[in-house]
Amino acid sequence: MTAALGKDLVGLEHLSADQIRLILDTAEPFKEVSERPIKKVPALRGKTIVNLFFEASTRTRISFEFAEKRLSADTVNVAASGSSVSKGETLVDTAKNLEAMRIDMVVIRHGSSGAAQFLGHRIASNVINAGDGKHEHPTQGLLDILTLRDRFGRIAGLKVAICGDVLHSRVARSNIWGLTKLGAEVAVCGPPTLLPRGIASLGVTILPRIEDAIAWADALNVLRLQLERMQTGFIPSLREYNRVFGVTRERLARAPKDLLILHPGPMNRGVEIDSDVADGEHSVILPQVTNGVAVRMAVLYLLAGGRAAPAQAARGDEA
Amino acid sequence: MPTRTQLLDDRAMSRALVRMASEIVERCGGTDDLVLVGIQRRGVELADRLKRLIDAAERVDIPSGKLDITLYRDDLQMIGPRPVVGETSLPDLDGRSVVIVDDVLYTGRTVRAALDEVADFGRPRRVLLCVLVDRGGRELPIQADVVGTAVSLTARDRVDVLVSELDGRDTVELTRGDA
Amino acid sequence: MKPILVRGGRVIDPSRGADDVADVLLAGGTIEAVGRNIGVPDDATVIEAAGRVVAPGLIDLHTHLREPGQEDLETIATGAMAAVAGGFTAVCAMPNTDPVCDNQGVVGFVVSQAQRAARARVYPIGAISLGQKGQQLAEFGELVGAGAVAVSDDGKPVMSSHLMRTALEYARVFGIPVADHCEDMALAEGGAMHEGIVSTRLGLKGIPAAAEEIMVARDILLAELTGGHVHLCHMSTRGSVALIRRAKDMHLRVTSEACPHHFTLTHEACEGYDTNAKMNPPLREAEDREAIRGALRDGTIDVIATDHAPHHYDAKEREFDDAPNGIIGLETALPLAITELVGSGLLTLPELILRMSTAPARTFNLPGGTLATGAPADLVVIDPDVEWEIRPEAFHSKSRNTPFAARRVRGRAETTIVRGAIAYQRV
Repeated sequence: MTAALGKDLVGLEHLSADQIRLILDTAEPFKEVSERPIKKVPALRGKTIVNLFFEASTRTRISFEFAEKRLSADTVNVAASGSSVSKGETLVDTAKNLEAMRIDMVVIRHGSSGAAQFLGHRIASNVINAGDGKHEHPTQGLLDILTLRDRFGRIAGLKVAICGDVLHSRVARSNIWGLTKLGAEVAVCGPPTLLPRGIASLGVTILPRIEDAIAWADALNVLRLQLERMQTGFIPSLREYNRVFGVTRERLARAPKDLLILHPGPMNRGVEIDSDVADGEHSVILPQVTNGVAVRMAVLYLLAGGRAAPAQAARGDEA
Repeated sequence: MPTRTQLLDDRAMSRALVRMASEIVERCGGTDDLVLVGIQRRGVELADRLKRLIDAAERVDIPSGKLDITLYRDDLQMIGPRPVVGETSLPDLDGRSVVIVDDVLYTGRTVRAALDEVADFGRPRRVLLCVLVDRGGRELPIQADVVGTAVSLTARDRVDVLVSELDGRDTVELTRGDA
Repeated sequence: MKPILVRGGRVIDPSRGADDVADVLLAGGTIEAVGRNIGVPDDATVIEAAGRVVAPGLIDLHTHLREPGQEDLETIATGAMAAVAGGFTAVCAMPNTDPVCDNQGVVGFVVSQAQRAARARVYPIGAISLGQKGQQLAEFGELVGAGAVAVSDDGKPVMSSHLMRTALEYARVFGIPVADHCEDMALAEGGAMHEGIVSTRLGLKGIPAAAEEIMVARDILLAELTGGHVHLCHMSTRGSVALIRRAKDMHLRVTSEACPHHFTLTHEACEGYDTNAKMNPPLREAEDREAIRGALRDGTIDVIATDHAPHHYDAKEREFDDAPNGIIGLETALPLAITELVGSGLLTLPELILRMSTAPARTFNLPGGTLATGAPADLVVIDPDVEWEIRPEAFHSKSRNTPFAARRVRGRAETTIVRGAIAYQRV
């Protein structure tokens, strides 16, 4: 009947195109729930969800929290800090403690790639990856794809350029997996110091300059450039990055078609993207945020699924 | 061996709907504050037909909407895999006479879910229930105000309402289980 | 001690180019005779070795025995036991202990602990620099006097070319090799696995092959400059192999080793973030693995060493980034070598014994590696054909961190004799 998801959502790399489409389709009715006067449905009533954030993140955590509360779940936020070594409590122990408290679902953001999978293998609760190291940020990838689908009506054949610090970006990886599985053409664009080795083997083209990306793409997903990239020598300065790679109004004006501009946020205005672009008519940055809540509601809803055998009740022909 | 019989053919269905449409208007004392809300799935198509009948008879354009009750089901934690959630879109319900339309009334749980969901959208003046088939077997204290046809069935029997918009033909069929 | 007659086995002695069925008689701690139909002395123990391979005991130039300082992971006694269980009659112990083996006191301690254990011989390797801090030379003379056979800062590279140069020159006084862990830290810092398509997919910072090759090239140039003997630890890349080949062609005093995991696995073993596939240098690409195998065949790489690195279960039960590097190897080296190198037809058994026994002895100028008359009675009886499954819970090592659990392999040591006494007998 449906391409059901497993216990956890760790990334998009190992999902099938059908599973990704299932999540996107399920997000549609949840968009409507957020427009109601009473923004709540009882679907996850009585479920306990822990937001386990080892890295500070306001927007992702709040988005998940709204998604959870709008499904009537009980949520607890845990802001842990740093790695197992510096914290003094290992991730294994944290996992076991959560399980002992009979948590239904854990949303985890952690600085180490593989942390979500590590947790998912050790506890029976559903685990949702809200970003693990540089590996994946699946709900961000999904909401980006949903936003593209809203505007273009399709993903297959769409040309999407992911621009910026791809090397350190889990958002980029999730987008690459999700978009290529749904048939989009994906390119990455950034200075060679910020492109990972062998990235082409994931099925993407490498565009050397931002002008090339703007000339080619239907949509740009502009990644945040972090200050420490300059401090650790990947680029000489933020100013130079903006001059050479920034998405500016002048560059966009030369685009052959109306480009859609996405950004996972938070934005460094004037670095990777200029304010007049971020606030301009091509930007879908705010719809991305709206879709984020719907996508997260869909993921929580699908993962919290019943475990009994399918019943005729699902047929819907009885009242 | 289960036996399959036709309870209503397309013409009988059509006649029932005509009667139900006029009953609705009568029960609500007119169409001034009338809103029809169809429950996904086939309740939506039936609500559309009732709306067209009422609009034609009364020369009005009454508001209507559709309601998916999946997220309000009381057995959501038990069924799986996850059922697909259909579209919900409702006009303003505050102070209106809301008529919920569904194809079959059986245990009453779907209507209970619909009432909970409607309450999250607004505060109707009153809510009425209109169904094409009332098959008995209630598990909750719910009754229909406007009924197309009533039969008394056991748990082994099933009623299927097919509508041309979705299934290619109009019919109500009855499958009686083994005795 | 009673004499031992090892009867009827296929005796492989690369030091004499010998490979035939013969008996070996051990008496008084040395090889007394090798030949056919040697008479059995009255009080001798007889070991029937028909269908087995009889070889000089294996010698491992690179192990971490964790004592002093981390005795919960391994001790010299348990490590020496694991060694003989793996067919090794001698191992060299790296100095990155706590305290570091940079003075005669610690060297002496390692020597005496090994004597008490009375299993495999343990030769300490002293540190190049005090505390392995990479600044001041340790007292090589004192270290050698107390029993050290080489110096190394392994665990860490010698980043300062000046220090490496002086170490190579000074080591010439004592005729010992300087063993370097080749890793350019500026390139490798923070890396958790090989930099390549797998690290890109997993989102882990990678260590490029160049990080090793830069230091290999530097060490070769310094060997040329100083005339010293540099021994390159755990080689892992095809670029390193190419550099070493040129150095050998130029007859420089450059020797090197490769570990079983680098000729068996590739970076794909890190999929799923398996921390038992995390080591330094990391597992590389298939072409690197092929190059390492070819280098062991043509002698570009002189020896097979284990880099046996015990870690606690808890330490490896961590996020990949935080897990420590290293796997144990004493009890898996021989079966992996037989399965992967001999089983694939790349090496013959005599060539393998050369790489694991005779060549290690020559490289570090150690006794053993030979069954010549008068040589120490260090010998191993190997069953080269038995097929079995690796079960870490049966290991003699204290630690279990290996990626080879449940792997089906061929060949293992049956009996290991050290100083003319049976140190290990498989039951």
